[in-house]
Amino acid sequence: MEAAVFILSLVDCCALIFLAVYFIITLSDLECDYINARACCSKLNRWVVPELVGQALATVLMLVSLHWFVFLLNLPVATWNMYRVWKVPMGNMGVFDPTEIHNRGQLKSHMKESMIKLGFHLLCFFIYLYSSVCV
Amino acid sequence: MSNTDFSSQNGAGGPPYANGPSQNPVALQPPGPGYMAHQTPYNPMQAKGPMPPGPGLYNSGPYQPIPPVSSNQALPGQPMLKRPPMGPQHSMTPPQSASPNPGSRIPPAHATPPPVSANNYQHAPAWQYGGTPPMGAPPSMGAPPPMAMPPLRPVGNHMTSSPSLATPQASSAEYRATPPVFHNAMQPLGPPTSLQGYTQQGHMPTPGNGAQVPNSFDHLEMGPKMAGPLPPQQPGPPTRHMGLSYPSLPPGYQNTSAPPNAATMQHPVQPSTQPYSHPPPYQQLSAGPAQLSPSLSGLSLQSQTPEALRVVNLLQERNLLPLGPVTPPTPCLPQDLQKINCHPEVFRSTLTSIPQTQSLLNKAKLPLGLLLHPFKDLSQLPVVTSSTIVRCRSCRTYINPFVTFLDQRRWKCNLCYRVNDVPEEFMYNPVSRSYGEPHKRPEVQNATLEFIAPSEYMLRPPQPAVYLIVLDVSHNAVETGYLDVVCQSLLENINALPGDSRTKIGFITFDSTIHFYNLQEGLSQPQMLIVSDIEDIFLPTPDSLLVNLNECKELVQDLLRSLPQMFGKTMETQCALGPALQAAFKLLSATGGRVSVFQTQLPSLGVGALKSREDPNQRASAKDIQHLSPATDFYKKLALDCSGQQVAVDLFLLSSQYCDLASLGCISRYSAGSVYYYPSYHQQHNPAGVECFQKDLKRYLTRKIGFEAVMRIRCSKGLSIHTFHGNFFVRSTDLLSLPNVNPDAGFAVQMSIEENLVDMQSVSFQAALLYTSSKGERRIRVHTMCLPVVNSLSDIFAGADVQAITCLLASMAVDRSVTASLSDARDAMTNASIDSLTSFRTSVLTIQQPGLLAPACLRLFPLYILALLKQKAFRTGTSTRLDDRVFAMCQLKYQPLAYVMLMIHPALYRVDDLTDEGALNVSERTIPQPRVQQLSVEKLSRDGAFLMDAGSVIYLWIGRNCNPNFLTQVLGLPNYAAVPLNMNMLPELDTAESQRTRAFVGWLREQRPFFPILHVIRDESPLKASFLQNMIEDRTESALSYYEFLLHIQQQVSK
Repeated sequence: MEAAVFILSLVDCCALIFLAVYFIITLSDLECDYINARACCSKLNRWVVPELVGQALATVLMLVSLHWFVFLLNLPVATWNMYRVWKVPMGNMGVFDPTEIHNRGQLKSHMKESMIKLGFHLLCFFIYLYSSVCV
Repeated sequence: MSNTDFSSQNGAGGPPYANGPSQNPVALQPPGPGYMAHQTPYNPMQAKGPMPPGPGLYNSGPYQPIPPVSSNQALPGQPMLKRPPMGPQHSMTPPQSASPNPGSRIPPAHATPPPVSANNYQHAPAWQYGGTPPMGAPPSMGAPPPMAMPPLRPVGNHMTSSPSLATPQASSAEYRATPPVFHNAMQPLGPPTSLQGYTQQGHMPTPGNGAQVPNSFDHLEMGPKMAGPLPPQQPGPPTRHMGLSYPSLPPGYQNTSAPPNAATMQHPVQPSTQPYSHPPPYQQLSAGPAQLSPSLSGLSLQSQTPEALRVVNLLQERNLLPLGPVTPPTPCLPQDLQKINCHPEVFRSTLTSIPQTQSLLNKAKLPLGLLLHPFKDLSQLPVVTSSTIVRCRSCRTYINPFVTFLDQRRWKCNLCYRVNDVPEEFMYNPVSRSYGEPHKRPEVQNATLEFIAPSEYMLRPPQPAVYLIVLDVSHNAVETGYLDVVCQSLLENINALPGDSRTKIGFITFDSTIHFYNLQEGLSQPQMLIVSDIEDIFLPTPDSLLVNLNECKELVQDLLRSLPQMFGKTMETQCALGPALQAAFKLLSATGGRVSVFQTQLPSLGVGALKSREDPNQRASAKDIQHLSPATDFYKKLALDCSGQQVAVDLFLLSSQYCDLASLGCISRYSAGSVYYYPSYHQQHNPAGVECFQKDLKRYLTRKIGFEAVMRIRCSKGLSIHTFHGNFFVRSTDLLSLPNVNPDAGFAVQMSIEENLVDMQSVSFQAALLYTSSKGERRIRVHTMCLPVVNSLSDIFAGADVQAITCLLASMAVDRSVTASLSDARDAMTNASIDSLTSFRTSVLTIQQPGLLAPACLRLFPLYILALLKQKAFRTGTSTRLDDRVFAMCQLKYQPLAYVMLMIHPALYRVDDLTDEGALNVSERTIPQPRVQQLSVEKLSRDGAFLMDAGSVIYLWIGRNCNPNFLTQVLGLPNYAAVPLNMNMLPELDTAESQRTRAFVGWLREQRPFFPILHVIRDESPLKASFLQNMIEDRTESALSYYEFLLHIQQQVSK
């Protein structure tokens, strides 16, 4: 049971890492002008909900297996993801809005956010790996 | 002629350039007397007067001229310039086969100038900041020789005959790309008879000249340059001296040029170094004399403060408004660079001195940004046709007046500092018709010019002008009677629509269904096709809905005549705007073009239906204004689709109730359209609104238009753009997608300093607008602006442009109110003024005095901020309709600076005593220039008449005891009681007073693209309230008076 939970989390975490890398690559493509804002945003918006689900899954898994520390580690990120989707203004086309992504340094802050998430998922990855090996 | 034309084009002769912080000697008067003092100590009119652009200009200013570093400057008046064309050069001409373009020959005209420039230009420079008198102001020289200073002259379309050209054929000269017939190169000394035109491909220089051929004379000249004070990086035409002479210079020639260059000759010769093959690193430059600018200004600051920094105690000096318009500060650049700099009406920066680092900028607490009006109607615009457009190879910057020519063959980009080759074609100068003077080409002499783009600049054949009119014909719309006006306007202007023989036009009307009009040639009358399936819209006959205007003009006119009656009895109240827009998009997506949507109510059917979000009772009392952001993303998505297909949507909103402009406006905002809003439009009840709509429509239909446009804003390495304001879609970091561009659109960008600009003297900004003209020509309009870099806070403050700052802040505040809240935006604006004044007080002022101290250049800043807080867009506590507010916000972001300023801070004039004193003379009309009054009721006197110009509306307030003379002579009314409550016209009376007043109002109206309505008001008029709301300096129930606001700021500043 314990091992299964961690292996599942591990797989989930891998997916999230890939997603974070994908976000970074796409955003840097936009930064370098390889793709236009419209394409970039529609690509990224598609993956916002899957990311949210993946993160929520990891959080729930830790909760049901009663790993409080890891749960508390995951909770803020999961909350942030939900908050981000929730606070999208009505007129916007999702978390990433092509008309605003070049304004007010949004591109940079998105980039920063993805980087931080990548780091976080890597950390989680090793925690899960360590835990599953220990178990 | 061309000389003056040209300078007026660049604004060089105009007051804005002659008046600046650095050159203004009037400034040094002590601060004025008391608070109520009537006379401003600073009188800008004095400074505005014609200043000779001569050498004395800089001397009088605080910036001291530097003595010449060496005496070897060649004066541009050397006798050798009158030398006849030389033959020997041609003997060096290689066989034609050697040239890349074998078909072309060298025209004999080539023989004239190059060697001259080679010798003459070597030290002709204004790299001394502050301008060494003779060099800094070449045009002021008694008689500038034609070769050294070819008359600046617009080319291309505007090229006219030029007296300075040697040949009589000059008048026929035209700058074009078609290869002219050239004389054989083997007749070198023949008179240049048949040189009819200029072509670029045609002029092949001698490959063996210049840099490749060693010539001791070259080295003699170039040696000292290397060792001497000339920094290769310093931008500016004079630095682009051509140090290379032609190898075949006859010895006699060299001797002639020797005397002025005597000093040069005495410099140690450095034959071993090929000076320009290794561009020196930037560090070296900092030692160069060009570096003197910051230190020099620092020096001068100690000795005397420039006018812009004169300390003004705002609490004591009340009369801060200048007599006339507020003029933008002049960047502190060498005079010759400033003379060719982009005109501030086109390109303006909030800080005319760019801080060296971001931290310095943060310390100044002033926003850094640019305001652009790139497609402005210009009276003089040089147009260049050439087969290759010279651009930097790495950053794609267009060659501009601020690049550096390292030698005749290479130029250094002023944005990315890459060294580029000068193409062969560029060596020929069509203006002076001479060869070897790339630095005198029009591209390098004009900061604003237009290129006719070759086919590389087209992704597809240039699109024709395509216009689609989408009309709301629901009951509500028909009731307002706007259809008559639109159809009538179209009928009147149908021949004036910009376009060529390919112009297409189409019509869609909609209520709860969509109606298309088949206008196919051959039909006897227009055929209406109704699509009632609004869920899944389709085009009934895709081919015949958009028709060629010229071929089907009669059908179109038929339709326009019958349209207003067609729906006269409609009972349909629903309105399906969303599906109609989708249909319009489908119709135009193949070609691109312009959609003009006329809408009168909230869309209620199909996609994009909206609900009323406004609660009228909450208008005044609400703590924070809700619903400033769109309710749906439908319009935004559709706008982006339109933008992708080069379709722009212009929205005309004529309504009496709430229409949710915040949502509807998105359709225009992201497709680069424009929004027009006529609240309470009704044919009978609101005749003034109808007149205004008519006039606007006329302008809209006939104004210039550019299709499938993109604009790129480039800036020097180290700077970057982080936010854009205006109507467009930002496609990539610096590329704005503009499906249509119109001459009335303004743009703003905010900049940040990413890398320190430590080694730079100046930075440049370039806006390049690529568009298809209505005649199907691909054109590029390029504007370049150069600004100095400074490293002290006081210099930054000295260069602050208060109007530009206010406009940029207004745009930022609009963003803030949409993303955060209105109260946040209001706080941010107040804080902006507090922070900058605090920064000035703590960092720049050495002596602390009591009071609220501001530099003279920012003395209007608190006033403008207060005006913004009381502006329709941001005001609270007063009942403001949501649509009015949103429309004001749109305008703040979209209008060019000049009109935004009037919206923010209206101008008040007293008009009952207009005189011809100081009047302007514009095309035989005398236009009186009354002085601008403060916006306070205290300035209104009962026995006067006052005109308030608030941009889109003009009020004429008549005092109760107004001079009866004015009433009879201007208004044609016997007494005050006879002034009607609704009066929108000045009668055309044959009196001097009437003529003066009408000339003045007419002149005010001419200065803007939209038509301001005139309201004549008296105390009982319903509009008196809105007139008084513009009295910014007065206290209202919900807002502070100017003095209170100043006290508030002072409290915060001295905290």
